[in-house]
Amino acid sequence: MTQLDSVIKPKTKRSKRFLESRAPKLTEDVKSAMIMKGGNTSQTVTQALKDIYSLKKPNAVLYKKKNITRPFEDSTSLEFFSKKTDCSLFLFGSHNKKRPNNFIFGRLFDFHVLDMIELGIEKYVSLSEIKASKCPEGTKPMLVFAGEAFDTDNEHRRLKSLLIDFFRGPTVPAVRLAGLEHILHFTAIDGKIYMRSYRSLLKKSGCRTPRIELEEIGPSFDFVLKRTHLASDDLYKLAHKQPKALKPKKKKNISHDAFGTKFGRVHMQKQDLSKLQTRKMKGLRKRRGEVVTKEQEGQAPKVAKVES
Amino acid sequence: MAACSVEELLAKAEAQEAETLKSISVQKELDLEFDIGNLLACDKNRIEPRDLREKSKEDFLRALARDNTQLLVNEIWKQPTERVEEAIVAKLPEPTTRLPREKLPPKPRPPTKWEQFAKLKGIKKKKKTNLVWDETAKEWKRRWGYKRAGDDTKEWLIEVPESADPNEDQFAKRVKAKKERVAKNELNRLKNIARSQKVKIPAITLTPKASQSKDELARAESVAKTSTASLGRFQDRLPKENPAKKGKKRKFEPLIGNFSNEKQKQLELLKVMDTKKPKLDITKAVNKQMRQEDREEAAAKHKKAAGKKGRKGGSMGGKPRGKGGKGKKAAGGGGGKRRGKPGKR
Repeated sequence: MTQLDSVIKPKTKRSKRFLESRAPKLTEDVKSAMIMKGGNTSQTVTQALKDIYSLKKPNAVLYKKKNITRPFEDSTSLEFFSKKTDCSLFLFGSHNKKRPNNFIFGRLFDFHVLDMIELGIEKYVSLSEIKASKCPEGTKPMLVFAGEAFDTDNEHRRLKSLLIDFFRGPTVPAVRLAGLEHILHFTAIDGKIYMRSYRSLLKKSGCRTPRIELEEIGPSFDFVLKRTHLASDDLYKLAHKQPKALKPKKKKNISHDAFGTKFGRVHMQKQDLSKLQTRKMKGLRKRRGEVVTKEQEGQAPKVAKVES
Repeated sequence: MAACSVEELLAKAEAQEAETLKSISVQKELDLEFDIGNLLACDKNRIEPRDLREKSKEDFLRALARDNTQLLVNEIWKQPTERVEEAIVAKLPEPTTRLPREKLPPKPRPPTKWEQFAKLKGIKKKKKTNLVWDETAKEWKRRWGYKRAGDDTKEWLIEVPESADPNEDQFAKRVKAKKERVAKNELNRLKNIARSQKVKIPAITLTPKASQSKDELARAESVAKTSTASLGRFQDRLPKENPAKKGKKRKFEPLIGNFSNEKQKQLELLKVMDTKKPKLDITKAVNKQMRQEDREEAAAKHKKAAGKKGRKGGSMGGKPRGKGGKGKKAAGGGGGKRRGKPGKR
């Protein structure tokens, strides 16, 4: 597709904009997710998929039809879908006797599968069952991960990275303080992962920072970590490579000494020392016929201390 | 009495303040790790399995979540804030968690042929204005594109130049010229793309043209025929087409065969290497001599025509030297180089 991209020039501005939005960029936008069903699904699974779709709106597509594929065996169908919809995250829900109420979270890199993690749903409480006022769609959630497993175990670490990728919204430069309502809390204990979704109420406290009170709103899941298909180390490293242009430019001429004092060099032009503006000493002024030697004030214009 | 009540009030106020201050502080064994850019907090504290008893599981999780969220919110409130249209907004730093990209970072476009040339020569792009003043329409029009300033395909009157054929359609000529320019531009664009992607394109003699001569067609046909896996040996032939000429097949002696023959050959080789006399290849020597004579004649004619005087070519004198004088294998000679004094090395 990329080979033909430059050969076939877009004829309308609209198609050009469309191709540009799909082209690789320096800073990428928020990843979108495809939420799909497998060959056989139960009521729990369909409802759960709908709930996660509402969490991830508008950066998600929910497919209504069933797809008879097995992601762990054959991922070509997933890659095809991702190319068509330009989505790099997917959530595949299925149900069979061997693996009941199964969720497969996955992400793709360059339209090839990077990581896939299978989670089984043990307990599920849907959005509609919990009667509370919900957050508006599209609010950037606060993510909290609890449990040592998310730090120690390799699979849990990848799962954490995947969940962050999935649920964090667009990267914004600033956030409205009153709008920090949605909280997603993940706890990992003994191979089980508990996902809870709360709404925060900011209560008055003595100081500027409010006190948080939580109210459970959203779907609550009790997951069990099952199979995983993690990317090899070099593919993972390749996926993380940032383009050089994004690296912050190093500011030149700033150096620090051991005490933390900031130093910089000030480069002066060559001064005519005979025309220096010094203190006027009337007694030393040149009188007619007299020769007076002036004091040369040597200045070292090189290093000027700038307090940090 | 009043003093008592005042003291009581003060004590109460202090207690209340302590209460509120306590309310935003959370005690944890290990500090949380924050990534404010992603609004993320990671709690590495150990969770006792007994806290997760069936009955109080939800409450325990909710309390844990509340504590962690409080710490995260404390961190977020430490960020610099500003007021944007009646809402207080906190500025977030860059996200620190490294997450994989969606696609590979974009590769910079390799320069086109013109861009390479311009860089070499130091030609810089001149910024041109978008609009040009059109005298005939008395308004500002685009420099190029739809309804441009000097569109010569849209003229309603063209003067026939004196050198042109009076029956020629000048309008059609202009339209055709434009079409050719567009086609040339397209071809160059595709060539640039092919070069940047290192795709092999056939040579200019093999690309199809409007009218090809018989030799060009024959050449293209023969190239096409031999570009199969078996080098064109099993391709069908037209009835009157000549079969392809077979190249000369080299013959080699078997490796271990005739021992006496081999011995003979090797002794001869050694003899040749030993001799001090130079070896003479008669055909090559004769050809070289003939070539040199032709060159001299041509040079003489050229000099005569130009009218230059006094050219004492050493080669003029050294002409009828004969074969012996030449005396060296053509390997040292090289084509076309004139020697000052032939025969002396």
